[in-house]
Amino acid sequence: MKNLSGFTALLKKELTIYFAGPIFYITGFFFLVLAGYFFYTNVLYYSIISLQAAQQASNPQVAAQLNPQMLVYRPLYQVLAIILIFLVPLLTMRLLAEEKRSGTWELLFTYPLTDWSIILGKFGAVLLVYLIFLAFTLSFSVAFSFMTPVDWGALGAGYLGMVLLAASCLALGLFASSLTENQIIAGVVGFALLLLSWIIGWVQELAGGPLGKAMQYLSLLDHYENFTKGVISTRDLIYCFSFIFFFLFLTKRQLESRRWRA
Amino acid sequence: MEMMIEVQDLSKFYGPLQAVNHIDFQVAAGEIVGFLGPNGAGKTTTLKMLAGFLAPTSGTARINGFDCVSQSLEVRRSLGYLPENVSIYPDMTVTQFLKFAARAKGVEAKEETGECQRVMAACGLEGVEVKLVAALSKGYRQRLGLAQALLHQPPVLILDEPTIGLDPSQIVEIRSLIKNLEGSHTVMLSSHILPEVSQLCHRVIIINRGQIVASDTPENLSRQMGHGSRISLTVKGPEAQVTAALQGLPGVSRVASFGEGRYLVEGGNGKDLRPELARLLVQQGFELLELKSQEFSLEDVFLNLVTEEES
Repeated sequence: MKNLSGFTALLKKELTIYFAGPIFYITGFFFLVLAGYFFYTNVLYYSIISLQAAQQASNPQVAAQLNPQMLVYRPLYQVLAIILIFLVPLLTMRLLAEEKRSGTWELLFTYPLTDWSIILGKFGAVLLVYLIFLAFTLSFSVAFSFMTPVDWGALGAGYLGMVLLAASCLALGLFASSLTENQIIAGVVGFALLLLSWIIGWVQELAGGPLGKAMQYLSLLDHYENFTKGVISTRDLIYCFSFIFFFLFLTKRQLESRRWRA
Repeated sequence: MEMMIEVQDLSKFYGPLQAVNHIDFQVAAGEIVGFLGPNGAGKTTTLKMLAGFLAPTSGTARINGFDCVSQSLEVRRSLGYLPENVSIYPDMTVTQFLKFAARAKGVEAKEETGECQRVMAACGLEGVEVKLVAALSKGYRQRLGLAQALLHQPPVLILDEPTIGLDPSQIVEIRSLIKNLEGSHTVMLSSHILPEVSQLCHRVIIINRGQIVASDTPENLSRQMGHGSRISLTVKGPEAQVTAALQGLPGVSRVASFGEGRYLVEGGNGKDLRPELARLLVQQGFELLELKSQEFSLEDVFLNLVTEEES
């Protein structure tokens, strides 16, 4: 119970700081502008293709591809995932680096808070910020559902994938922020690590064999792909949760080392 | 007597640099102890180790019976800590920050508002409740730092330079606030302002180059330091003759003249020279206008100890 109050204290504090500063509003604004723009162009593209398909004799192979899931949502998820790589370092870089730089961590770490309640409070806050952004994008689908039937189940899987992907990236970003007291460095390191865990699967085509397979399994993108198809598999869930736990655990170790190094 | 702070053989290295060198001290419950030392002596490092912010290289520190390393969480629960140059989140308002601190310190949700109001009143923060911390003056920020340390009534308070950056009237307020904690709280405070320490503290610990060079009540320190006595005199009479007469008295080690009949006599052997001086001057026919024993101030003690070390 005591630990929980520490966690909620941190969560509330971080959200207060997010809502008080410009980063939340600026990143949120551009995230929604970009997501809205891509959703709109996807819908436009889908309607043009559908029109052409209706006019021509229908090809069964083309017809199978002609649904909102393939032509609107999958491209949207892919774009949102790319935006995520840029967005996450902006949101996470200040989390721990700023505390160190400004000296506020001296109070924070002398309060009776466990390292886990600090880490989870910060992680929970930044995840909630992202969820707020993501919740706004649901309005696109609501509007879209007036024009065409939307497969809400597949949409749910896609959004679950988005949330898990975001949580994984944010955990990595939080870890990057624990490494330094410079926000820019935290941002650059976070961005580089994200990009690396993103494209590590590409090696598969070059390396092949078991090594290539292992690399592919490690790649975030590979697991995210399944969610965008509307598939939820335990394999991908386990991957995401271990990814999140791994980086939160590294963050905890990094915080512990603070006491020993001066 | 219950010991609230126990430090044994505590050392801290920053790389090859030794900041704190095997120090030992204890602070009893209800005591107010001043921690003095020149810049870089290891004061802040020691206080940070007590607060559980830094781990010692060797030795142990216990607060309220809990070990600062292995039982860090319990230590932090019994502690209010004001860091040197306290930094507080600039994007939060005073109330928001205090509520966060109260919750982080485990104050019950229903007591939160009352507890925040109590410390705000104690530290004179009324009127700035909704101000952003970024907009506070240094004095108010320092008060806010002190207010958060007082939240949840911790039995032990560690205050690193509590009155720095405050104006004289605020200093008086904060001092009386600390004085009021006497008995109910154990306070360890570091300071550069020696009169403040001698007013506030039951005991003074002086640290230099990472080692404790003295630990006693301010009065005892002054007495020990004096070796003998220091007496100021105002005497009417020819200066050369008066000086010669004073120097002739056994036990007088030094006589200084400041003109207009004012003299300072230092005795070397710890004997009170006042009666003999008075008798001597009257017998020799000088007019004795004033005779006063001068205390050695804590400044003298401090400077003496610190320079002794260095020479």
